[in-house]
Amino acid sequence: MADGRSQVKRRAGARLWLSATWLGLLVLGAVFAPLIAPQDPLAQDLFGARLPPFWEAGADAAFPLGSDSLGRDVLSRIIHGARIALGVALIAGTLTCLIGSGLGLIAGYFRGWPDMVISRLVDIWMAFPPVLFAILLIAVLGTGLSSIIIAIVVIDWTRFARVIRAEAMSQGAMDYVASAQVAGRKRFSILLAEILPNVLPTIVVLLTLEMGIAVIVEAILSFVNLSISTDQPTWGSMIAEGRLSIHQAWWVLVFPLVTLFLTVLSFSQLGEGLKDHFDPVLR
Amino acid sequence: MTLIRRILLRLLTMAITLFGVAVIVFFVIRVVPGNPIAMMLPPGAGEEDIARLKALYGLDKTIPEQFVIWLSGVLQGDFGTSITTRQPVLALVLSRLPATLELSVVALVIAVAIGGTLALTGTRMRGTRSEGAIDVANGMALSVPDFLWGLVLILLFGVLWPVFHISGRVSPSLDLPFVTNFYLFESVLRLRFDIWADLVAHMFMPALALAIPLAAIIAQLLKQSLKETMHLDYVTLSRTKGYGENHVITREALPNAVLPTLTLIGVQFTFLIGGTVIIERLFSYEGLGNMAIDAVINRDLPLIQGIVILFALIFSVVNLVVDLTYAALNPRLRHG
Amino acid sequence: MSFLTIENLNAEVGPAPILRDVSLSVAAGEVRGLVGESGAGKSMIGKAVLGTLPSAIEISSGRIVLEGEDLQAMRPRDRRRVIGAKAALIPQDPLTALNPSRRVGPQITDRLVDILGWTRHDAQTRALELLDEVQIPEPERVMRAYPHELSGGMRQRILIASAFAAEPKLIIADEPTTALDVTVQKQILKLIKQMQARHGTALLFVTHDLGVVSKICQSLTVLYGGKVLEDTRIGDFFARPAHPYSAALLAATPKYTDPAASLTPVPEAVIDGVRAEIEAFDRMHGHV
Repeated sequence: MADGRSQVKRRAGARLWLSATWLGLLVLGAVFAPLIAPQDPLAQDLFGARLPPFWEAGADAAFPLGSDSLGRDVLSRIIHGARIALGVALIAGTLTCLIGSGLGLIAGYFRGWPDMVISRLVDIWMAFPPVLFAILLIAVLGTGLSSIIIAIVVIDWTRFARVIRAEAMSQGAMDYVASAQVAGRKRFSILLAEILPNVLPTIVVLLTLEMGIAVIVEAILSFVNLSISTDQPTWGSMIAEGRLSIHQAWWVLVFPLVTLFLTVLSFSQLGEGLKDHFDPVLR
Repeated sequence: MTLIRRILLRLLTMAITLFGVAVIVFFVIRVVPGNPIAMMLPPGAGEEDIARLKALYGLDKTIPEQFVIWLSGVLQGDFGTSITTRQPVLALVLSRLPATLELSVVALVIAVAIGGTLALTGTRMRGTRSEGAIDVANGMALSVPDFLWGLVLILLFGVLWPVFHISGRVSPSLDLPFVTNFYLFESVLRLRFDIWADLVAHMFMPALALAIPLAAIIAQLLKQSLKETMHLDYVTLSRTKGYGENHVITREALPNAVLPTLTLIGVQFTFLIGGTVIIERLFSYEGLGNMAIDAVINRDLPLIQGIVILFALIFSVVNLVVDLTYAALNPRLRHG
Repeated sequence: MSFLTIENLNAEVGPAPILRDVSLSVAAGEVRGLVGESGAGKSMIGKAVLGTLPSAIEISSGRIVLEGEDLQAMRPRDRRRVIGAKAALIPQDPLTALNPSRRVGPQITDRLVDILGWTRHDAQTRALELLDEVQIPEPERVMRAYPHELSGGMRQRILIASAFAAEPKLIIADEPTTALDVTVQKQILKLIKQMQARHGTALLFVTHDLGVVSKICQSLTVLYGGKVLEDTRIGDFFARPAHPYSAALLAATPKYTDPAASLTPVPEAVIDGVRAEIEAFDRMHGHV
């Protein structure tokens, strides 16, 4: 039995490391995109359109993962696309986390009417199909990076609020909080000094998961052509394009799809791994 | 008595939620900077034309006034007229609803079948490598959303091994003799299995894409709750009666393990229905979600409102049904 | 001719022995007490016989013979059938031993129909008879009830009825009264004894309570650390216990005749003696 457990642990550890490595590579690629990318991601060349990846006949070594129907380099577009994907993940994830966790803490700790209002709002939000809501918001706000970020924050704050509210509530019922109150501490300072540190691990886990969600939402929005201006390379728009030319040039779909798949999987596995790390009792 | 009160209470919260959804959608849409009227007019149309059209769609009144007019219409079943197609919103939405409902229900059935099988197999194989393999596959399926599974399926069954259709709901060449839009259902009733097969070949991939994440959640939760149940005394007692592992799992443990899974399936089913929006787009499936995206892109305000309200209504009804099913299946609640 | 014979049974969790060379037998119609403190392995013996040991526990050697058939030598499926037909369990906690989502009736009749091939009608009639026998009022109504609608005492009666349903030749009662109120305990004990006498069933009665043993058993096996310390007739045991641990246990049990008499706990020295005995056994068998 002890043997089985250590095996599980080792596997979980490997998963954590693989995810972190992939995300690390992606961050490096995004930061140094102009230096690494072999081509200008926007440069079109209709004579070099739909070049296959390097191992197939007729490939051009300057386009290692081939080119799309306008002759743009797939690899360069993926690397530049990482900038947008990770940028959205970081900014939207953090903002969502701050707003959602803040509201969750207030609702869960202070209870009363703030809780009533926030919980009611969460219920209403749950009745919206999230993708439709996102598309609706983008239509209202207009396309662009900031619109995507706002849309993600507006849709997903409930994800944090729900969980953090429940955690804050159970923490608030603990003896140490009661004794802090008896000692005459201000409620707000108890919230920051006692409750927050105890729910922080959950917040970190949720944030990691949220980043993966942000990446996918951005991809979906660019897929339906509602993300940012069409000439910017995004994974979603590459996938949309690849979906159309799937029978002529599979690589235009496959490479961005694999990248997106691995990235989403990595964020999620990292989140799950952190959850196990913070809460060993659960496993 | 308690059941009726429970239903009434749920209906009340449902009404409040739907009202909230209506308010939010209505006002969010009215902030739209883009002008839908301008898109409908030929270039060079005069101010008068604009004013006339605005009046026609009630856009010349203040926003609260518009809301009151719209809401009173909705309560009488009038959701307004679509700006792009100039047809009644209700008729448009109802014509697409069956496609989305069929897709969602088929996806749910697939998810329950796969998830249930995995949970039962995992429980049967508990403690072995096979159980570990099931857990890892589950973790993967859970981490990746339906949109990506849809793309993966397109590659697998649309390109590498092209056995299913990758777009549409039914082949356009087929002559459909149906009176309703529940094609799948009606094709069975009319014994038109040729059409049925064509529908399934179109529906298979989008339904599977929607089902995979839900199947993983069901498998995970059901297996966990089965494994807990397998340690209980009545399961042991059943073994001493001479029953084998399969009987013990399916007859003794399963009925008790299903209840906690059921509530979760309800919540997750609403997520699945939400997922139809993008999945329908991905597979060019002519359902409500696909129509919704077109409506948003075309700024068709009345249509967007109608679709969002309908989605919210479906979500609420699903939650209500799950709640009541739970009450009906749990002997403890049933006999209060 | 004994109905159940256990010969030199050894079982381990990993390297740690749970049962140490256990041998005991129950004759047809005999009531044997299996006594020991918690952790002595007495429930494990019952589980080994019924084939419900947790998967972590492995039987390494020994034989369990039920009416001449060696259970260890059988295929699992056959073993289950034999046990289901010839033996039954009265479980410890009536609150958890009935399936909450199934009606009571089928939980009594399922073995008769599924394993023994009775008709549904015969099984139904038999169940009603038995419920009547265990003094349950309105048996028809109870058959249709869900467990949560019935009291703990009622549920234990149902479990007893269910155990006797197939006329097994052996019943293993695993502390069947421990989870019940004191007043209900007495009734249930009396009921088990009555039923056993009427049906002539052999009974292996697992308990830690010598008071209960004195009321119901004809013979007795005392267990400590998974090892049999004494195997004796009930009269001999209460008159002249052979093992020092038995004597100490007897002295530590409240006398029903004289409840005011002071209790002496089992002395340290006796426990140390038993431990030494077990260590000596383990050394001999290669466990460290």
